[in-house]
Amino acid sequence: MSKVLEASRAGALAAPARRPFRFDRVRAVVERESVFSWLMLTPPLLFLLAFLGYPFFYGVYLSFFHREVARAASFVGLGNFVTLSNDPIFWQSVRNTVIFTGVATVLKASGGLGMALVMNQSFRMKALTRAMLLLPFIVPTVLSTVAWQWILDPGMGLFNRLLVVSGLATTGPSWLGNPTMAMISIIMVNTWRGLPFFGISILAGLQTIPVDLHESATIDGAGTWGRFRYVTLPSLLPVIFIVTTFSIILTFFDFQLVYVLTGGGPANSTHLMATYAYSLSMGAGQMGLGSAVALSMVPVLGLLLVLLTFYVRKD
Amino acid sequence: MVGELTWRKRLFGLWLPLAAFIVVALFPFTWMAATSLKTNAELYDPKAMPLTIRHPSLVHYIDLLQETNFLTWVANTMLVAVVATAISLLLGSMLAYPLARMRFRGAALLAITVAVTYLVPQTLLFVPMADLIGRMNLGNTLSAVMLTYPTLLVPFIAWLLMGYFKTVPKELEEQALIDGASRWRAMTRIILPLCMPGFISAGIFAFTLAQNEFLYALLFLSRSSVRTVPIGVVGELIRGDAFYWGQLMAGALLGSIPVALIYSLFVKYYVAGLTAGAVKG
Repeated sequence: MSKVLEASRAGALAAPARRPFRFDRVRAVVERESVFSWLMLTPPLLFLLAFLGYPFFYGVYLSFFHREVARAASFVGLGNFVTLSNDPIFWQSVRNTVIFTGVATVLKASGGLGMALVMNQSFRMKALTRAMLLLPFIVPTVLSTVAWQWILDPGMGLFNRLLVVSGLATTGPSWLGNPTMAMISIIMVNTWRGLPFFGISILAGLQTIPVDLHESATIDGAGTWGRFRYVTLPSLLPVIFIVTTFSIILTFFDFQLVYVLTGGGPANSTHLMATYAYSLSMGAGQMGLGSAVALSMVPVLGLLLVLLTFYVRKD
Repeated sequence: MVGELTWRKRLFGLWLPLAAFIVVALFPFTWMAATSLKTNAELYDPKAMPLTIRHPSLVHYIDLLQETNFLTWVANTMLVAVVATAISLLLGSMLAYPLARMRFRGAALLAITVAVTYLVPQTLLFVPMADLIGRMNLGNTLSAVMLTYPTLLVPFIAWLLMGYFKTVPKELEEQALIDGASRWRAMTRIILPLCMPGFISAGIFAFTLAQNEFLYALLFLSRSSVRTVPIGVVGELIRGDAFYWGQLMAGALLGSIPVALIYSLFVKYYVAGLTAGAVKG
């Protein structure tokens, strides 16, 4: 009995003498920085490869095919791009996207700078004010856009009711009903939503400017404008550059606002490239053509990314 | 003289512009609330003042809850946002930790790749993604959005967390390793707890983004019982007849409240996340 016990004990003692050795080796390998890193990185990278990388390249592949929903695909080479280059609605959507992005970004950047300068003074309940000013950026875009659709309603909407009640007009304009007004309206709503993002980011940038920079400028005889021109603005440029680039990307690829507010209408006059890609692929079932529209936006994104990388590298 | 000058400066430099910014930011919400609390008779009376309420009524809210699947949409939205945020935080920190704190070959290239994927917009991916989800037979399931939302969130979260992970001094980790802790233990017991504010920031951001998402929900969720709030409100409350604005505004307002509430509780962290990219560079 005791012999058996002893034997098993001996075995138990002998085994660990070899086993921990190998376990240690495994552990030592795992503890190496590169091995540990790649063990951690593999799952998220596989996920991104499957759900981000694959769809992206599949989209590139699709754009070379004539592919309708529930039909076999046929290879058309650059056919989709040729079709698009002869499509006036496509060019209209390109023009609209550029105007929409350009005008809205300028309005948001200048308004945001103004908001930041106003907010950068000392006053009571600043935290609450900042929280309120950010609300347009926080609430679900689609829901606030639905509210805007009602504000801009030609008959009973807030804007036209106020115009009529105040006696400024007998009937207000058709905010979403004619091409020019509809473009103005989508730019206005996008500005309303995006301005606080600029405002709050620039405010954060303002707060990093050391006070003594302003003080020494004052001693050197700089007035309010001089301090703004030679101290505040140069220190803010990095923040403004990055926020603007981000905003351009978000605005250029915007979909929901136009989809909800005008659906690209009236008569395709407010289609952005994103909504046109959607209406081609989901509405008309032309997946290949839709992919081609989406892909036409890649050069712009690439350019912005290169700019951003150069800028970040320079610092 | 000096007192008057400062008073004028305060009025035109602070109070008036500040009031203008606040009015512009908030009037749509006032309009939503006013609309949702009026009866149709008052709402569509051309002689009534648009922003005042004479006979407040909850009829639109009651109709919204009784006639539509609104509560189901709220539950779906919450479920999807919680699951997508959890998956994204897990995958995002697995990506960010080595990139921020370890030295290995390919780190620089990988960091740039993460930054680039963060900036690749949904608009580029939705056509192939719709095809993909269709082929996986995931159409009209919440899994479709739970799987695709993290693709929007992981790169951003990783990027945000990298900033936080880098702030913890390397010595803390080295000391733990000398004391015999494994890398895993040093990470989970020492580094990660110190980065709690980063996790809160990233979590709040991801959660609100997941609640607001529209395009994938529009593509993948067409059955009413699986819809989220944004797509339910747009897809089912806009019915084409003239007299739906009361209910629509009630839905839009109720749908915004959870996001606004979470945001106001964690506004400090939200702003930190929002400005991290721009200010830290």
